[in-house]
Amino acid sequence: MNFRKVLKGGMVAAMAMSLVACSSNSSANGNGSAAGGSSTSTDAFKLGGSGPISGDAAVYGLAVQHGAELAVKEINAEGKVKLDFNFQDDQADAEKAVTAFNTLADWGMQVSIGTTTSGAGQAVSSSYQQEDIFAITPSGSSPAIIYQDSDNEANPYGNVFQMCFSDPNQGVASADYITEHKVGTKVGIIYRNDDNYSTGITNKFKKEAEAKGLDVVTEQGFANGTTDYSVYVQKCKDAGADVVFLPIYYQPASQILAEAKKQGYEPTFFGCDGMDGILDMEGFDASLAEGLYMLTPFSADAEDEKTQNFVKAYKEAYGDKPIQFAADAYDAVYAIAQALEESGVKASDSTSDITAALVKEFTSMKFNGLTGSDVTWNENGEVSKEPKAVIITNGAYVSAE
Amino acid sequence: MKIVKSLFGPKTRGRTFSFALVIVAYVIISVLQSGHSIPRMITALLVPVCSYIVAAIGLNMNVGISGELNLGQAGFMSVGGFSAAVVNVVLSGVIGNDILRLAVCIVVGAIIAGFVGWLISIPVLKLEGDYLAIVTLAFGQIIMSLINNTYIGVDANGIHFAFINNTIQLAEGGKMVLSGPMGVTGNTVISTFTVGFVLILVALLIVYNIIYSREGRAIQACRDNKIAAETVGIRVSSTKTLAFVLSSALGGAAGALYMMNYASVAATKFDFNTSILILVYVVLGGLGNMTGTVIATSVLVLLPEMLRFLSSYRMLVYAIVLIVMMIVTNNEKIKTFFASFKKQKGAEAHE
Amino acid sequence: MAFLSYLIGGLGLGSVYAIIALGYSMVYGIAKMLNFAHGDIIMVGAFVAYFAISSFGLPVFVAVILSVVVCTILGVVIEKLAYKPLREASSLSVLITAIGVSYFLQNAAMLLWGTDTKIFPTVLSGSLTIGELSIPYLTLITILSCVVIMIVLTLFINRTKTGRAMRACSEDKGAASLMGINVNQIISITFAIGSGLAAIAAVLLCATYPSVYPTLGSMPGIKAFTAAVLGGIGSIPGAFLGGLFLGVIENLARAYISTQLSDAIVFMVLIVVLLIKPTGLLGKKVNVKV
Repeated sequence: MNFRKVLKGGMVAAMAMSLVACSSNSSANGNGSAAGGSSTSTDAFKLGGSGPISGDAAVYGLAVQHGAELAVKEINAEGKVKLDFNFQDDQADAEKAVTAFNTLADWGMQVSIGTTTSGAGQAVSSSYQQEDIFAITPSGSSPAIIYQDSDNEANPYGNVFQMCFSDPNQGVASADYITEHKVGTKVGIIYRNDDNYSTGITNKFKKEAEAKGLDVVTEQGFANGTTDYSVYVQKCKDAGADVVFLPIYYQPASQILAEAKKQGYEPTFFGCDGMDGILDMEGFDASLAEGLYMLTPFSADAEDEKTQNFVKAYKEAYGDKPIQFAADAYDAVYAIAQALEESGVKASDSTSDITAALVKEFTSMKFNGLTGSDVTWNENGEVSKEPKAVIITNGAYVSAE
Repeated sequence: MKIVKSLFGPKTRGRTFSFALVIVAYVIISVLQSGHSIPRMITALLVPVCSYIVAAIGLNMNVGISGELNLGQAGFMSVGGFSAAVVNVVLSGVIGNDILRLAVCIVVGAIIAGFVGWLISIPVLKLEGDYLAIVTLAFGQIIMSLINNTYIGVDANGIHFAFINNTIQLAEGGKMVLSGPMGVTGNTVISTFTVGFVLILVALLIVYNIIYSREGRAIQACRDNKIAAETVGIRVSSTKTLAFVLSSALGGAAGALYMMNYASVAATKFDFNTSILILVYVVLGGLGNMTGTVIATSVLVLLPEMLRFLSSYRMLVYAIVLIVMMIVTNNEKIKTFFASFKKQKGAEAHE
Repeated sequence: MAFLSYLIGGLGLGSVYAIIALGYSMVYGIAKMLNFAHGDIIMVGAFVAYFAISSFGLPVFVAVILSVVVCTILGVVIEKLAYKPLREASSLSVLITAIGVSYFLQNAAMLLWGTDTKIFPTVLSGSLTIGELSIPYLTLITILSCVVIMIVLTLFINRTKTGRAMRACSEDKGAASLMGINVNQIISITFAIGSGLAAIAAVLLCATYPSVYPTLGSMPGIKAFTAAVLGGIGSIPGAFLGGLFLGVIENLARAYISTQLSDAIVFMVLIVVLLIKPTGLLGKKVNVKV
């Protein structure tokens, strides 16, 4: 009898112990994993963020982590604002993102670059609002990240901002660009129908195309993990589309371009910001992307000094060329630093004060970064910057204006 | 004396232990929580842990007790979860009390998932072994694919559905509940740890009641030897259906609890990987062993979070731990060690 | 004409599924386990071939051999380390271990080779043109290799001593070992062959659909598992037939019903087929005695 009691008690105690153990564990690791060569002095703001650094979508989370780390390093070296950066893995999953948020909250996060991916971000925005911590996501482009009622774009969270274009904006801008610049008249769409980003753009694109009298001849959706794209390309070919709109990321797009070549189909391809990175894929035949249009806020080939320095530093630190995610993260951190500096808040101030100051500053300031100049934000947290249309010519981005 | 026997008798000891474990754990966590001595990272995981436990108990009913390999439990969580999301929006004006509304959501989620489970069980249970497993996997994939393409909106005129293309035009004040791959957004979080705890107790109560009943013995007889069970007059298909429906209903309840804990959930959350994850909890906890399921689920959900300090090596280490755990728990020497341990325990109890 | 080209595309996809399914089915038939890590061995094979061709400039032929060698060794090592200790354990424990191995391989690949997608070099382009119809040479080669592999495997299993031993193990391991068959060795050989096939499948898969990334194997893995069951798991011609059938159904469903729902349709067809033939297209009905 006694023995069993001991055993039972032991089990329960073990569970309780493990809870306590991980409590001490997590608080310890918060400081331990503070990345990016940051200082741990008391005057540093605790900057958090999460994204997938393992799993399917790790390439985006790592880009954001690296871009932000680089910015933090530079800002700390400059010394006007001190940042202490902690980036947590969320595997692009809503549940893990909420846990990542709470891990960061345990660490004492005061300001954040939010979540990298939209699906995860949608679940965390309400936590940011509840805890009154300012967040600006570099790449979470869904309207549901900044609006509680995303369909009517109403009821914004108020303290969650976006550095990137929202999906609806990209859809509208793409349709407008295709009509105004007469890229083509018959549009075929190939999109990923289990992806928030891709369907978000597609839905708005179709509405705008209808309003502008652009003819959408076919739309075909594929799911994650699709291996064969021949039917999708052939459908567009058979429908006589002279423009194929690809509101998808560059990895499947590269497959679609290769398939189109195989089938001898040569429409004009048109992509959004997810297309950035296609030329830097190892082994990619750049001639496939010849004549590809895309709306992207960032181009690693841009000639300006800022971009050049960023790309050089990024390559030195991480070995590969930065994609748009890294650039948006870099900008988000710089925007936060600028706002912190101009508002004059101190790291010792309460989080609510910091948030209030940042919201005020963000809605009134102008920001010049890699992904746009004279960038502004409205009180809902939506960014306003000029989408740049580029066309790939001889394996490089050329401004299409 | 009778009560003691009914609680600690050799057959029912497992049940008592399960309940004791869950209740004691709940009390300890609640006390710690009220003293703010648990980090938020853990508190945030309490509801999902409860939800996975309920789903795993359900799956254990199916895999452990009934002996059918089910690779689609996440699909039932999905059905329950998204049904609950609709119910929540419909009732948001009618039932003001969050807990009551949550309870209704969970019940409705369980009923709908149970019904879908019953529908699916008709073709599924005609098959055996791995053929049955692949069909449950297929159903999980189909459910995910369908929900990914479904749009549901609620307004004053009722509930509106659309498929593949969002053609819903809502009246003033309407709300989109489910927008295809974007999933449910702007959900109000109403799940609490206490509700999760109660749900676990209810799940354990139902499952143990079935296990110790005539039906439960019939289910286990079918598992151990189908033909022998048939010859003694057990209706194999109906007993198997009972286990399957119960399992999916518990999955649905778990899904509803999970859904109501997040502002946004998309259908891709409940994919094949989630089904597999729940199966891992069940197998590691021990087939047919509910206490083991509760412990294994808690440990395995917390484990990757505790490994956060490993940064990008986290999932690699998690994989190694998983493999090692499987090998160690199946090691003959360790097994005999535990068996002798159990014998001693049994001998003591008989004294 | 459009129908024919959809069909040929489907056959090309299906024959890749078929080769993966052959590996699945063989391992299942002899070791009685669902090797969920099979898809990830394909991924490793794809990376090896990619680096052999792109970074070391080796000819395709050498890359294929290198890839087969690496995967074979990997398969045997995994079997020794992870599955062998579980020989007496329940099949579910082995299944979970296989899932652990799958996670391990994916995450190790991410850490070793990065997370970004790499483009597999063009191995062979051009196509055979018959009238309006054009069939890529690659598709022809894939289908051809698939048929050859199936025939060789069938002969191997039916005509050689090792093959007979494999069949004996698949029937009854205890009786097989009483007859002097080294069961552990036979299982190792099975894993070696299955993993070698995975490497060939990897090269054909990536030559046709040139993306190489750490989670490359998951979806084809699930599809091939489906194909193996569809054809009757454990049956070599069944896996071949199931793979082709699945590929064709997938492409035709996309072409004529809905691209958005193609996955759902594929799985529905699977369910319907299993309801009509509960042990798959070519599966054997085993009568259980009390």
